[in-house]
Amino acid sequence: MAGVNDFSFSIKPILDPIGKGGRGFYLAAAGLLMVMAVGVYAYVQQFVHGLGTTGMNRPVYWGVYMANFVFFIGISHAGTLISAILRVANAEWRRPVTRCAEVITVFALIFGALSVIIDLGRPDRLLFVIQHGRLQSPILWDVCCISTYLTGSLIYLYLPLIPDCAILRDRKIGWVWLYTLLALGYQGTQRQKHRLEFWISVMAILIIPIAISVHTVVAYIYATTLQPGWHSTIFGPYFVVGAIFSGLAGLMIAMAIIRKAFHLEGILKDIHFNNLALILLVMTALMIYFTFNIYLVEITGNEPSIMASVMEKVTGEFALPFWGMIVGGFLVPLVILSFPKGRTVTGCVVASVLILVSMWIERFLIVVPTLIHPRLPWPTGIYNPTWVEWSVTAGCLAAFALLYMLFARVFPIVSIWEVQEGVDVAIPEINKRFEGYMPDVPDEAGSAAFPWEGMPPHGRGEREP
Amino acid sequence: MASDESAPRSNPVSPAPARSAPTQPEAPPPNPERRGALRQIAALAAGAAAFVALPLLRPRRALAQEDAPSPAPGGTRKPRWGMAIDLDRCTACQGCVVACKTENNVPIAGADQTERGRGIFWMDMLQTEEGEYPDLKGQFIPTPCNHCDNAPCVKVCPVGATYINEEGIVAQMWARCIGCRFCTTACPYTRRYFNWQAPDWSEAARHTLNPNVATRPKGVVEKCTFCHHRIRQARETARAEGRAMTDADVRRLPACAQACPADAITFGDLNDPESELSQLAKSPRAVRLQEELGTHPKVIYLREAKWQE
Repeated sequence: MAGVNDFSFSIKPILDPIGKGGRGFYLAAAGLLMVMAVGVYAYVQQFVHGLGTTGMNRPVYWGVYMANFVFFIGISHAGTLISAILRVANAEWRRPVTRCAEVITVFALIFGALSVIIDLGRPDRLLFVIQHGRLQSPILWDVCCISTYLTGSLIYLYLPLIPDCAILRDRKIGWVWLYTLLALGYQGTQRQKHRLEFWISVMAILIIPIAISVHTVVAYIYATTLQPGWHSTIFGPYFVVGAIFSGLAGLMIAMAIIRKAFHLEGILKDIHFNNLALILLVMTALMIYFTFNIYLVEITGNEPSIMASVMEKVTGEFALPFWGMIVGGFLVPLVILSFPKGRTVTGCVVASVLILVSMWIERFLIVVPTLIHPRLPWPTGIYNPTWVEWSVTAGCLAAFALLYMLFARVFPIVSIWEVQEGVDVAIPEINKRFEGYMPDVPDEAGSAAFPWEGMPPHGRGEREP
Repeated sequence: MASDESAPRSNPVSPAPARSAPTQPEAPPPNPERRGALRQIAALAAGAAAFVALPLLRPRRALAQEDAPSPAPGGTRKPRWGMAIDLDRCTACQGCVVACKTENNVPIAGADQTERGRGIFWMDMLQTEEGEYPDLKGQFIPTPCNHCDNAPCVKVCPVGATYINEEGIVAQMWARCIGCRFCTTACPYTRRYFNWQAPDWSEAARHTLNPNVATRPKGVVEKCTFCHHRIRQARETARAEGRAMTDADVRRLPACAQACPADAITFGDLNDPESELSQLAKSPRAVRLQEELGTHPKVIYLREAKWQE
């Protein structure tokens, strides 16, 4: 029992929201529920009357829903992938960030998969994908990768949640029966802790290739066809970069809201935003680099079928969203995030909102302009999304936000034990690590010259097997 | 591990020697038994693997096999159906478009929906233009499904609802289709159509539906079938008359070919070197749409000059 309930920092703001909601919570939930109701109504209309209620047609067979699919799957890369990379890299500042990132993954993946199901002409035949599945089809690759990723990220979310459930159980906060069930009898013994940490690190390593595979095969849905502009070898990595890019932006917005709503200024500190903003800056630069690559190669190649869709974006019907995306979503955030003054919470939120909107537009601009200019027939298509598509999209976003809000009211949105572990274990561990980086010291120089030599050894060595 | 004497006799596949050599109690070491156990485990594993893998390996051509094609004209070889469309004969009267719609119970979308790109035309009239007025050249191209030998639509279908049947026809099972529209986007000719809404047959139209072609529900993809129901009928007629189906039987078999007043459409077997279609395919006028994509279409266009340079 010892150690589970003693904390060297105030966990009150983390535990306060558990099991209850304020006025703000209920107002927001009511608003989101209303949006969801409209979305459900729109989907029922579509289910009854067919996809004719959307703006899709021949040749624009895919539209907003497929853009949503890629967008949500992209957002899902915020969490688990970032959290896993930071864990594997031993980035100590990750501790308060990981939980709220991992939750994004689980919920975003659900709505990503749902977007495709919404897009089906015959959702009642969904299980044919398993019953009659053809592994040669990229859609089957998506089914495999996304379900693996969802399972993996659920496990990866749950494992670090076990000690926190034990804390809630012991403190008798909220739904004690639920936490007792989920804590699996966790008492914080050395043996349990060792096992838990082992499996967390196994999952952290496993989840990285799975996450990368997911967005690569999402890109393959486009890249494996012969459509001009889609049939590109760069699409897999381009989608992965775009996913992490938009995902990080989503994470920063979620963190800013949590920090404000739960008064977590002392835990989700400016330095965390600064560090995430630096990663986001790298992703912005990568995204600009990839986009430049794609358009330069396509334009210099000057193949008529490809140029039709490229020019539609550069100077045609989609010029406004396209240049808005380039300038507002890529260049402006690049400038904001480049300066320390821009990497404040406000700066990060402004950049993240710009990035999120632009990345949805980016996904839309991948799907629609190509379909408007198919190789045949030569006359161009038109696409005007209807209220059904917009309502369903809004409903999905609202449901995502509502689920996230509910999660934060049921479970600690910041991993308490991991933050505490940072205090207990990480400082000596970092000292030890730091010591390892230093050049070897000849014996006669003495230990006095190196203050870190006197520090206590780190915790891992002391642990029972 | 077995002794020298028992070694040549012991069959590594069966533990029988262990029982047939009671005089040598040491001879059958626990190995055969263990091997037996291992073999059982291996057999179990193989059985389980086969159980899991069999559904994956199951051929996806159940419908095609039902068709049980009789010998093709000219031998036991399976036919490979194709079509030639002579653009120098075509008058763009759209008789083929109308005949196809009627024959195959293709729903009428109405003017509004057709304007919005919801019309379904298994046989469509593609209009191309070159140059600016007054130096304008136009070309009308009747476009059925190309029934590609290397069909991009078949490759991407997640449930095997579309497949190339044994006679080379790219077929569609609308009872299987989940409506994901991956095939429609993968087709470089945009020759596949989606049912955006349930077909709305008028009372009069209901009575004139072709009983030989199933109607499609909303939410599935449909496409040209080369009138495979007519091929089946022709084959059955020939069989009833005690003869093989000839090129003359199929020459104008599909509804579009039958309706063409200019005799521009020729249907036939590309595997039969004697068929009229095979002869036309050799013509220097023969081209296929977007041959450079490597899809190997089986619809051949005949035209003096290429329409797009």
